Parts: sequence; structure tokens; C-alpha cells
Amino acid sequence: MKLDLSLYDKVFENRVRLQIMSVLAANEEYDFNSLKELLDVTDGNLASNLKTLEKEEYIVVEKSFVDRKPNTRYKRTPKGLKAFENHLIALENLIKQQYK
Amino acid sequence: MEQKDLFKELGQIRSLMEKSSKFVSISGLSGVLIGFYALLGTLLGYYISTSHETSMNRLRDNLTLLNIFLILAIVILVLSLLTGWLMARRKAKKSRQSIWNITSKSLLFAVSIPLVTGGVLALILLSQGYYHLIAGMLLVFYGLALTAGSIYTFSEVRWLGILEICLGVLALCLPDHGLMLWGLGFGVLHIIYGFIVYKKYES
Repeated sequence: MKLDLSLYDKVFENRVRLQIMSVLAANEEYDFNSLKELLDVTDGNLASNLKTLEKEEYIVVEKSFVDRKPNTRYKRTPKGLKAFENHLIALENLIKQQYK
Repeated sequence: MEQKDLFKELGQIRSLMEKSSKFVSISGLSGVLIGFYALLGTLLGYYISTSHETSMNRLRDNLTLLNIFLILAIVILVLSLLTGWLMARRKAKKSRQSIWNITSKSLLFAVSIPLVTGGVLALILLSQGYYHLIAGMLLVFYGLALTAGSIYTFSEVRWLGILEICLGVLALCLPDHGLMLWGLGFGVLHIIYGFIVYKKYES
């Protein structure tokens, strides 16, 4: 069997991006600070990877103010969820492939 | 990529999805402790209400039995909340997570709706004199709160909630055994649940 890599998503080759998408797939929405705490990454690293996912239209950003402090929340898009699911299928297929 | 790495990768995604949506800092041992408080309280309540000793008679004369039960219940509630909070904080610190995060907020919100409803209903029953219904009703609403909150924490909580609801319904049918069923629900069930969670996730 030829290895099908069409489902594999280059965007998720970056670990932090894959982690962000995992969190947003499991939750309706997540805010910047909670993501930072959970993934244990720096502000800059997280922000640049969120930007990439936003550009790919895998996530959307909602900005608001809570107690006059900026609060940025992120949500997955249907496109992002589909890409994430496909990527997981691709990883599974890779495992199956190596069993043969 | 090596197969070993792929397995690890998928495992990490899975655990991250779970960690981000479930509050798992609740300590199993605190469940056991809380169960013991409740059991002790129930036994004390039973002793005060049935004992024929003069000191107990005098206590009953000064305070009505209802007030004694109310004070006991509030003391146990405060003690339990304090134990649960302190031990959760300790467990969260160990795994380098904060106790006040998205998942704990969602959990509190889900639990508070049935709990507050039950509390208000208890006050209404109290003011109308339906004392015999309060024990069972509170068990039912506590069980509802647990099942509502269970999606944000260990799946065992759902079963604890369902069992509490069953005991509560039983207590409503048999109001004379309300105190005993309370001890069973808040005491014995918590001890068993806490022990299971401790064995499964903490040891």
C-alpha cells in the first residue's frame, strides 16, 4: 500500500500549534493566559503560533475587556477542526503502515 | 518519525485534551476525610437525639433538636469545604497547575446551580415545617450537582451523583430513616468514592 500523506497537515508539524489545536478541539473556547499556563510556553512563542493558526483560518480570535483588562479568547473553526481530525487520522495511518 | 514517537505524540494530544477540559486536582483523600466528618456528625446527631443522659436532655431543652442539627450540618459543611479546598490546592501545586482556572470555574458553575436551588428549597421546606423532607431533598440535589459537574472532572463523580440521588429518593420515601441515609450518602459513599479515586489516580 502506498502511503497516503494527503491528510497530513504541515501546519501541525509545529508542536505548539498541534497542542493549541488539541485544546481548542476539546473546549469551546480558551483564553490566552490559560493556554499559556497549560502549555508552559512564552508569550511570544504562543502568540506567533496563534497568529499562524489564525492566518490559516483554523481558529478565530475574540477580544474583549474583563475588569478593564484585555481578555483574548480563541475558538476553533470548522475548517480547523477538520484539519485537526485529518491530521490525527494521518498519524494513525502512519502507525498502521509501520505495522505491516 | 519513529512509531514509538508517534504513539507518544498521540498519547500527549489525548492527555492534553483531557487536562484542558477536566479539573483533576480534587483529592481522593479529601473525599475520604469528608466522608468521616459526615459519618461522625451523623453519629453525634443520632446520639444527641436518642440519648437519655441528663446532660443531653438539658442540651435538648436549651437548643431545639432542629437547631442542634442545623449547627452540626453547618460545621460539617464548612469543615468539608475547607478540607476539599486545601487538599485540592496542595495537589494542584504538585502538578504545577493553578486551582483557579478555566476547568475549576466551569466545574463550580455547573455544580452551583443545583446546589443553590437545593439550598433555597431546603430553606422553604424549613420555614413551612416540612422537616422530614429536607434530608432526602438535599441528597437528591447534591446528587444532581455532582452529575452536572462530572463532565468537568473524574467520570467516577457521575456514579457518586447517581447513587446520592437514589439514596435521596429513598430518604424521601422513608423520612424516619433520613438521618441514617444521610450518613450513608454523605459519609459512606464519600469514603468509598474517595478511596477509589485515590487508588486509581494518586497512588
